[in-house]
Amino acid sequence: MRDRTLWTWHIAAGAVILILLGMHMAIMHLNQSLGLFGPEPLAWESVAERATSLFFTVTYVLLLGAALYHGFYGFRNILFELNPGAGLRRTIDVGLSVLGLALFAFGTWAAIAAPGAATMVGG
Amino acid sequence: MAGTPLKTVTFHLRRFEPGKDREPHWEDYAIPLTPGMTVLDGLWKVKELSAPSLAWRSSCRMGICGSCGMLINGRPRLACNTQIAELKSDVVAVGPLPNFDIIKDLVPDLRPMFEAHRELMPYLLRNDAAEQEDPTREYWQSPHELEHYLQFSYCIKCGCCMAACPTVATDPRYSGPMPLGQAHRYDSDSRDAGFGRRREVLSGGSGPWRCHFAGECSQVCPKGVDPAKAIQLMKQDLVLDLLRLRRRRPPAALAEAPHGTMREDIAAAPTRTVTGT
Repeated sequence: MRDRTLWTWHIAAGAVILILLGMHMAIMHLNQSLGLFGPEPLAWESVAERATSLFFTVTYVLLLGAALYHGFYGFRNILFELNPGAGLRRTIDVGLSVLGLALFAFGTWAAIAAPGAATMVGG
Repeated sequence: MAGTPLKTVTFHLRRFEPGKDREPHWEDYAIPLTPGMTVLDGLWKVKELSAPSLAWRSSCRMGICGSCGMLINGRPRLACNTQIAELKSDVVAVGPLPNFDIIKDLVPDLRPMFEAHRELMPYLLRNDAAEQEDPTREYWQSPHELEHYLQFSYCIKCGCCMAACPTVATDPRYSGPMPLGQAHRYDSDSRDAGFGRRREVLSGGSGPWRCHFAGECSQVCPKGVDPAKAIQLMKQDLVLDLLRLRRRRPPAALAEAPHGTMREDIAAAPTRTVTGT
């Protein structure tokens, strides 16, 4: 049962990445062509404005979670194809879960702390 | 195999004698090529002329039994279904199917494949055991329902797909394309009610989740079956089931008994010419 659930989340995370990374590309890298998000999306003011927006904070956390899960699940599959024993598989599962959660916690803290930092720096 | 020899071809064969050889090795045998000669014919010729101890599996000689799957010039194929001329080479390299242990020479140990196959219950699972044990009528199935699994039922269990699969090569827990394809064949059969029981196995580590969709299984299948497609459809079914979105259906009911007037002009069976015990 577990593998089916993990794989389903993997696909769901892929769909989330597709949408949110599409948004990221449209805002950050394709704006010169698309012109949807103001003249200078990479300027400090624009970055600080996005950092203080609840919508973007939620988006960053979602993208971080989806990307971490998707990437770590794929990495787990690669490691499992080296045919580790049952004990090592368990260690890989626990190790990747702990590392993924730690990175997610750090990234989430950064996204939540960003508005305060932006305000402080911006005065 | 009759006919004037066209030329000489070299059979480059993987030999392994358990208890005698420490490792498999290659040996070369020259044989005369005759028109229409298959690789299987060539093996028989090698056995006849040069290597009487050469071992392989074969039976029907017509691509039906699935016994003679081998690695021929780097690709898993049926020896009986492969003409030497179509290889366009004067050297025919033949080895046992990869991803299996070797029993002897060209004979792979297919037991892991058939164990995985058995574990996935490749037969109709229903709740009417009495009817299955002692059938009274047919189960009703429309031509459209038949189309859902028909191509997967052409599988002859030769193991070529397993030999070509990169995931089978690296992950011994993975069931492989043949067992998974056959599980899907029965899951998509309208007469079957075994999805829930097969799901117990398929949802775990031996299920379709390790498939990278390399598609080699479908490329090499000598019967034109598409196991890669079966595996993707199976994933779809299992995920929809997890999300409670899979449409449930009762298994096909028994067909109505035929009614009408019995013909009386049907010729009687001929008299037995042989009386047995």
